[in-house]
Amino acid sequence: MSWQTPLLDIDPLLDDRGTRIIVCCGSGGVGKTTTAAALGLRAAERGRTAVVLTIDPARRLAQSMGLTELDNTPRRVEGIDESAGGQLHAMMLDMKRTFDEIVVQHADPERAQAILENPFYQSLSAGFAGTQEYMAMEKLGQLRARDEWDLIIVDTPPSRSALDFLDAPKRLGSFLDGKFIKLLMAPAKAGGRAGMMFLNVGLSMMTGALNKVVGAHLLRDVQTFVAAMDTMFGGFRKRADATYRLLQAPGTAFLVVAAPERDALREASYFVERLAAEDMPLAGLVLNRVHTSGAARLTAERALAAAEALEDLAAEWPDAVDPASNSLMNAEVDDPVDEAADCPAVENLPGGRIVDRDTGKAEAKALSDPGELPAESLAASLLRLHAERMQVVVREGRTRDRFASVHPDVPVAEVAALPGDVHDLEGLRAVGERLANGQPTAA
Amino acid sequence: MSAQHSAAPSVSASPTPTRLHIVTGKGGTGKTTVAAALALALADEGKRTLLVEVEGRGGIAQLFESEALPYEERKIAVAPGGGDVHALAIDPELALLDYLDMFYKLGRAGRALKKLGAIDFATTIAPGLRDVLLTGKACEAVRRKGASGGRAYDAVVMDAPPTGRITRFLNVNDEVAGLARFGPIHNQAQAVMRVLKSAETAVHLVTLLEEMPVQETVDGVAELRAAGLPVGAVVVNMLRPAVLDEAAVRIATGTAERGHRTAVAKALSQAGLGGARRGGHAERLVEPLLEQAREHAERVALERRERAEIEGLDLPTYELELQGDGIEVGGLYRLANSLREQGIAGVQREGGR
Repeated sequence: MSWQTPLLDIDPLLDDRGTRIIVCCGSGGVGKTTTAAALGLRAAERGRTAVVLTIDPARRLAQSMGLTELDNTPRRVEGIDESAGGQLHAMMLDMKRTFDEIVVQHADPERAQAILENPFYQSLSAGFAGTQEYMAMEKLGQLRARDEWDLIIVDTPPSRSALDFLDAPKRLGSFLDGKFIKLLMAPAKAGGRAGMMFLNVGLSMMTGALNKVVGAHLLRDVQTFVAAMDTMFGGFRKRADATYRLLQAPGTAFLVVAAPERDALREASYFVERLAAEDMPLAGLVLNRVHTSGAARLTAERALAAAEALEDLAAEWPDAVDPASNSLMNAEVDDPVDEAADCPAVENLPGGRIVDRDTGKAEAKALSDPGELPAESLAASLLRLHAERMQVVVREGRTRDRFASVHPDVPVAEVAALPGDVHDLEGLRAVGERLANGQPTAA
Repeated sequence: MSAQHSAAPSVSASPTPTRLHIVTGKGGTGKTTVAAALALALADEGKRTLLVEVEGRGGIAQLFESEALPYEERKIAVAPGGGDVHALAIDPELALLDYLDMFYKLGRAGRALKKLGAIDFATTIAPGLRDVLLTGKACEAVRRKGASGGRAYDAVVMDAPPTGRITRFLNVNDEVAGLARFGPIHNQAQAVMRVLKSAETAVHLVTLLEEMPVQETVDGVAELRAAGLPVGAVVVNMLRPAVLDEAAVRIATGTAERGHRTAVAKALSQAGLGGARRGGHAERLVEPLLEQAREHAERVALERRERAEIEGLDLPTYELELQGDGIEVGGLYRLANSLREQGIAGVQREGGR
């Protein structure tokens, strides 16, 4: 399987002090969080002072890092090899708390109190669709501003449309500049209904309509909220814009994470194109859970054919107890093992029968373990298992090649599949190894 | 295995048929596929189902190999036995205008709102309004009457947001009813909540036999139950074929330790895969093959643990096999068939009589 895409070399990326932010994006269920955590761990053990920011509501990072307490501030992860001078911190985004912090920080106490108590605000900050993305970017900006870490690794929210977090700053900006906000603020600013006089007929019809739809008191809540937030809006937009520019800066590297499946790679394609359109620096694609085989030269077709041949053979000699058949079988073995070390006194024959060399007499007897299978059946099972594996390997290869032909310039690191899930540092370390390896070595 | 399986097909015992099926699951578990297969499975015997997409990813159109869905209900597939599957991709912005038009006759004013950015506001930043519209539209389809006076759809299947967000998504109307304490929005929100919490609704959770998806399913079920939302079934998706049964796996892995490699090498050689002597092709296959068997054994053990975990939820459980080359239309029908064979339409049918 020839595949000429450039290799994504993870270690130089992690070691480069110029790399300040790594953003892991990708569709849900492809191992983004695990990748982010594994990168953080590897970077820390290679001497970086790294912090991993995860936004996932399921406490998965906590699980995979063996942490039980993960709040809105970065916590130092224990059990890291810090001999290279690095450290690892991890945190999980708490949307409401992040939002509250911004309010407290940017409004005077009285106004902050009004905002925090506003029912509209309370619902908004608890994290309806969209808030998560805004707050993730806000937190990223905060972490960067604190400058306590020389590498920030961000795991992105499992957004409905994958790059919502990129749109967040812009959308916030265009919303804040919108007439609607001004309309909402107008009456509150002018001290209630009197303000309406200054609005033209069209606008008053609008507020009338809004009142009808949402109910006057809700509109009032919204207006109070918007008015209270007014002073903060400028700062909001400024920071959102700054974060957006930060993402475009040379110190940032985007990693698109995917699994070698059609849907995940289609999403990955979309990410790659979107990032290019936004001038965001893409470092490469991390392809998780790639299956390999140590016997990749044996194709699924051949393995299946061989399995069938063996099963036929086993069927022809249904656990024969007839000594005569043994000698026949012995004669049919065309490639006898010639090294005594492999078969000291007893030689296993196909079918689980054993020849006792000392007596030279072929004796058919069941192996002592009742669960023992005849070697043909066992080999046939192994071959069938292999055939299944090879089908997966070939399918994944096809999917991956399709991506590679559309995006030939995107460097790729493949991470060999692990049989189980990762939920400890040891597992993360292993993933980091595989990431750095870039090419999955056969299991 | 499943409560719905064991439900005797007696008319007297028939519970209220589920008419709104909400399909959630961790990302990557294939909930869109399962939702589509479910809509097909429920559309048998001349029934009409509506498949609703709320996340705007176009997954349904891709599954049925049709062009992107517009914001309108259109027939997307015919089920075996003559039923119809319709599909709708809800666009929150259009849904809002639709909604305003329907309830408040705000034709021109609605467009003016759009110009002002109010629609942007409503669908991107206003708390939950987007989710209100999505759930509201689905509930409207559930309650809608057809031309003949019967229900417009026998069942509505929603490809819903992932498990991590599902409870909040469905509960948004409670929240909104609290914000808008009276008035049309309040009433609408409450009406939607009544449908969602009724016996007509079931939230199904799609999972894989892997740790994290199962953990999320268990957490999701607890959250849904705590919120008083009706939990339906667990669908175990992408089940890998059982190439080796557990006994064979045990033996295969045990074999390595017992040093029977020689016999295996010989058998492989017999099957024409090269020489069995040390360094021969067949001999060199033994170790990688046994390694794969060990990995398989590990996976089988893990799947058994996860299955036990799912059984602990005490919910009807359905299993769908992995469709090798990704899902195409044929695979979708196979999955639908499998769901039907496992009796997922059972309650539906009993109720329909």
